[in-house]
Amino acid sequence: MTRLLPILTVLLAIVLVWYLAAVGMNAPWARDQAARAGQSLSLPQLVRATMVQERPVLPAPHQVAIGLWDGVVGQKITSKRSLVWHGWITLSATLAGFAIGAGAGILLAVGIVHSRVMDLSVMPWAIASQTVPILAIAPMVIVVFASAGVTGLVPKAMISAWLSFFPVLVGMVKGLRTPDTMQMDLMRSWNASGRQTFWRLRLPSAMPYLFASLKVAVAAALVGTIVGELPAGATAGLGARLLSGSYYGQTVQIWAALFAAAALAAALVAVIGGIERLTLRRMGLAR
Amino acid sequence: MKGELWGEPTVSMLRQLKFLASFVAPPALAALVFAPRYFPLLFAWLAGWAINVWLAHYDNRLTRAAIPLIFGATLLAMWEMAVNVFAIPAVILPAPSQIWTAFMQNIPLLWGDFVQTILRGALTGWLMGAALAVGTAISIDRSSFLQRGLLPIGNFVAALPIVGIAPILVMWFGFDWQSKAAVVVVMVFFPILVNMVAGLRATDALARDQIATWGASYGQALVKLRLPHAMPFLFNGLKITTTLALIGAIVAEFFGSPTRGMGFRISTAVGQLNMPLVWAEILVAALAGTAFYGIVALIEKRVTFWHPSQRA
Repeated sequence: MTRLLPILTVLLAIVLVWYLAAVGMNAPWARDQAARAGQSLSLPQLVRATMVQERPVLPAPHQVAIGLWDGVVGQKITSKRSLVWHGWITLSATLAGFAIGAGAGILLAVGIVHSRVMDLSVMPWAIASQTVPILAIAPMVIVVFASAGVTGLVPKAMISAWLSFFPVLVGMVKGLRTPDTMQMDLMRSWNASGRQTFWRLRLPSAMPYLFASLKVAVAAALVGTIVGELPAGATAGLGARLLSGSYYGQTVQIWAALFAAAALAAALVAVIGGIERLTLRRMGLAR
Repeated sequence: MKGELWGEPTVSMLRQLKFLASFVAPPALAALVFAPRYFPLLFAWLAGWAINVWLAHYDNRLTRAAIPLIFGATLLAMWEMAVNVFAIPAVILPAPSQIWTAFMQNIPLLWGDFVQTILRGALTGWLMGAALAVGTAISIDRSSFLQRGLLPIGNFVAALPIVGIAPILVMWFGFDWQSKAAVVVVMVFFPILVNMVAGLRATDALARDQIATWGASYGQALVKLRLPHAMPFLFNGLKITTTLALIGAIVAEFFGSPTRGMGFRISTAVGQLNMPLVWAEILVAALAGTAFYGIVALIEKRVTFWHPSQRA
């Protein structure tokens, strides 16, 4: 309770500020409408008018909640207006890309730890690439794949894979290098082979680092998929939902898609966190 | 004995080459027999790799700089050759030479986009977001209640796909750079806030006791002790967010922009299938991102020269 209370207070404050902002930002339009109809609004009427607009500048929290509820529960899952359907399109591409990117990152990290040449050749580029806004080329990747006749899940998954690859690579290399000289010497004095050292010492000690970078990577993969759904022509996925909402001024739809994406990100990070806790407990590393 | 003749590095290098050859040789030979035109590609890879294998045995500052450069050059050479050998059309993947030509031909255009997106959008937003985050961190510094409430939320928000807020902010602030800066402010605020709050807590009890025995006021302790100690954390946040700032500014332009800017240029050039220009724009983004990060890292070095990580 002592931990929950401050969070709830801050959340409550955010919702309050949001309502006030919604009134303030939607009021001009409501006043304008009233002036055209030749009426003047009293304050309660004005406040009510700002809460029920079709295309508000800033939808009130309950409007977003209704939009979200309607999108998730109110539609058939196969409907194109269902957020579950769009969410699944986004999620499947995210997971496919995440699996490819994380797998490649782990494999390359193993190679780097065992080969000095690979380490010296690849690592500086991997680190430098973190400073490059790779996400900006996402729409181009989509168009290039589309011109080669590949559409749908694969191009988006490639972007996600690319974005989740580097965090995992860097984290895993760091993790595989954590065993100190003493532990390595102990393995040597037990006459452990390279393979045994890897499976029994390096890999287990890399786990905490791996999971930390997996959490970063899965969030990055989701952002990559959503941005990959932005180029014109995309019709499915949360990113396409954002774009069509922005084209037609459907602000409630944008906010609902945004919150759906946020919930998806939170769920993905939470799932990785759960797997992390389970794994570390089984390994006796839990703290 | 062989040690005298060959030297240990050379012997182990040969061993490694032999090991490598046993892996690479069969498919390479097959490739040569069935498709001799792939030979230059393979040769470039093997040559680059062999040089690096050889260099890796001499560990000094020169080889540490040279090896990644050679690796990068090898990849570039293979890219160039692959485009020629496989006759890849420029709409799918232009060769590095084409990209370079496009870059040199369009420098005024690219400079205009750079000013619009990076200097006006990303940099302004980044500075405002950082100032706002640092201000918030200091103002909630005395309330541990607010900190306990804001930190988990900040951590949570930092993991969200915030870039999705771009269409909303473009609606609010219009198509010009103001909306891009707004997106950047929102994107960089929470990572910097979380780092700054952690930084303000980073002083150890001994130092706090010491400054208390000198009768320092809250403000004095903040300025003389806790702010300097927060700097490594602050710069960590600032460095993370340089990339975020560029991403936010570029992606926000996909939702509407004046007829200049890197995101605008990328999306229109893609529409015209002018891929060399797109890649030139990406080259600008890459250079800008690296330079941005490098400058922040340089300032960090000057400000936190006392920190162990900078003294190594």
